[in-house]
Amino acid sequence: MNTVTNPVLACHNLDFGYDGRPVLKDVNLAIPAGDFVSVVGPNGSGKTTLLKLALGLLHPTAGEVTVFGEKPERARHRIGYVPQHAHLDPLFPVSALDVVLMGRLGLGAPLGPWRGRDRDAARVALAEVGLSEHADRHFAALSGGQKQRTLIARSLAGEPELLLLDEPTAGLDAHVEEGFFRLLEELNRRLTIVMVSHDLGFVAGVVKSVICVGQKVVVHPTSAITGQVIADLYGADMRMIRHDHRCSEEGHQC
Amino acid sequence: MLTPAFLGPLAAHAFLQYALLGGILVAIPCGLVGSYVVIRRISYIAGAISHSVLAGLGLVQYLRVVHGVTWLSPLGGAAVAALVSALVIGWVSLKLKQREDTVIGAVWAVGMAAGIVLISLTPGYAADLMSYLFGNILMLTPRDLILIGALGVAVVTVVTLFHKQLLAVCFDDEFASLRGVRTARYHFLLLGLTALTVVVLVSVVGIIMVIALLTLPAATANHLTRRLSHMMIVAALLCAGLTAAGLALSYGPDLPAGAVTILLTGALYFATALIKKR
Repeated sequence: MNTVTNPVLACHNLDFGYDGRPVLKDVNLAIPAGDFVSVVGPNGSGKTTLLKLALGLLHPTAGEVTVFGEKPERARHRIGYVPQHAHLDPLFPVSALDVVLMGRLGLGAPLGPWRGRDRDAARVALAEVGLSEHADRHFAALSGGQKQRTLIARSLAGEPELLLLDEPTAGLDAHVEEGFFRLLEELNRRLTIVMVSHDLGFVAGVVKSVICVGQKVVVHPTSAITGQVIADLYGADMRMIRHDHRCSEEGHQC
Repeated sequence: MLTPAFLGPLAAHAFLQYALLGGILVAIPCGLVGSYVVIRRISYIAGAISHSVLAGLGLVQYLRVVHGVTWLSPLGGAAVAALVSALVIGWVSLKLKQREDTVIGAVWAVGMAAGIVLISLTPGYAADLMSYLFGNILMLTPRDLILIGALGVAVVTVVTLFHKQLLAVCFDDEFASLRGVRTARYHFLLLGLTALTVVVLVSVVGIIMVIALLTLPAATANHLTRRLSHMMIVAALLCAGLTAAGLALSYGPDLPAGAVTILLTGALYFATALIKKR
């Protein structure tokens, strides 16, 4: 996998642990520009940890992670991060547009109110996720899917080249989820996307490669995960992750 | 409320005019900073800061009376104590997140205890303890009014300059830090503003009831509005109206103005919360 030239996101012999408890061990991966990667694995396997390492919010205990060939901290302005919205205060007094504007921090003038340029960019981002007519609505009044789209618009407003999403479909209805993946597919035309996911139900159509996180991390290119493999693995109940020989709690066997 | 029982004395007594003006001026930092305190959910930090103010007030009183250090002002002592508490709590909440509540409790109680000991060591000033604890808006002087007004100007300036960053830090500080915002700085800026606002509010409603006047008008405004800027304006108007109403209603029957203000504030908060619930 390390034959990729100029990877957007790369890990070299990366180890990470919390207080001496190893979470990720000897991770090597390289994600090329334009990829759409789904990071899957059992709860507590280190999927979100991998995202936080890529953002520079956590630091590897050994090895390194690079984003656009640099330390994550230096590349942050090129990353659009979409956290889960569940941890945000439901009563918070902001409109959808206010939230999207936060993605403009670090781009324009630091002092004083938002400039017209920032507002324009935020409206473009809202239009891109299909929420133009909801710009002035209370963020709290939006549905779960609309909140998630607003957070994507917030990351798009920062003009990123790489989008990192943390379980964006958690708690969404299946039909909402479908529209959501069409949006991501659209964005993938110009952005590299790495998404942590709690299930694999959608993978077949949209995602180009899959990273399985146990203690070890293995990358499957889409060529290796054909529709048939997905169906075999996750077929009967698409929303259930089977921790079988490909992604086991103990580590990765393949 | 604007009955002759209040309006007559209001026209006649300067101290009532100062009190009314003080209540209106205090509403500016109260509405703005209180809104941040509510949306960032740091009411208990504000509570700890306000109670620790007693240590500063007690120390200044002790030094003035026992050691003759007359140039010290109680308000200055209160401000120093509040800022020190804000720094301690801010540092702990950044470095040792999981112990934050314990430290808040410690600052709260130790501040009170130090103040009580210092006041009991100071001969002849026990009466002041009551006005520190429960406030006395009728004691405001023109000098106090200038200080309250200056704080209002400072708060409005800071909020205008850094509104974007403060909003982002309160909403989602992890995201803000990823966008290059120095979140720790804004965390301390907010705590510093909270400390100074608490100090001026102490003169109106006293140490014990400060959290209510700081947070309940803002929380009420949160029920009524959908954007932070609107919430701040409504909170400031409510704060001004409530202190004025508390003053007017308490004057005739000779009740403590601070306590009446808080009763009105609490009643309005619970009423809007119930209506909102439906």
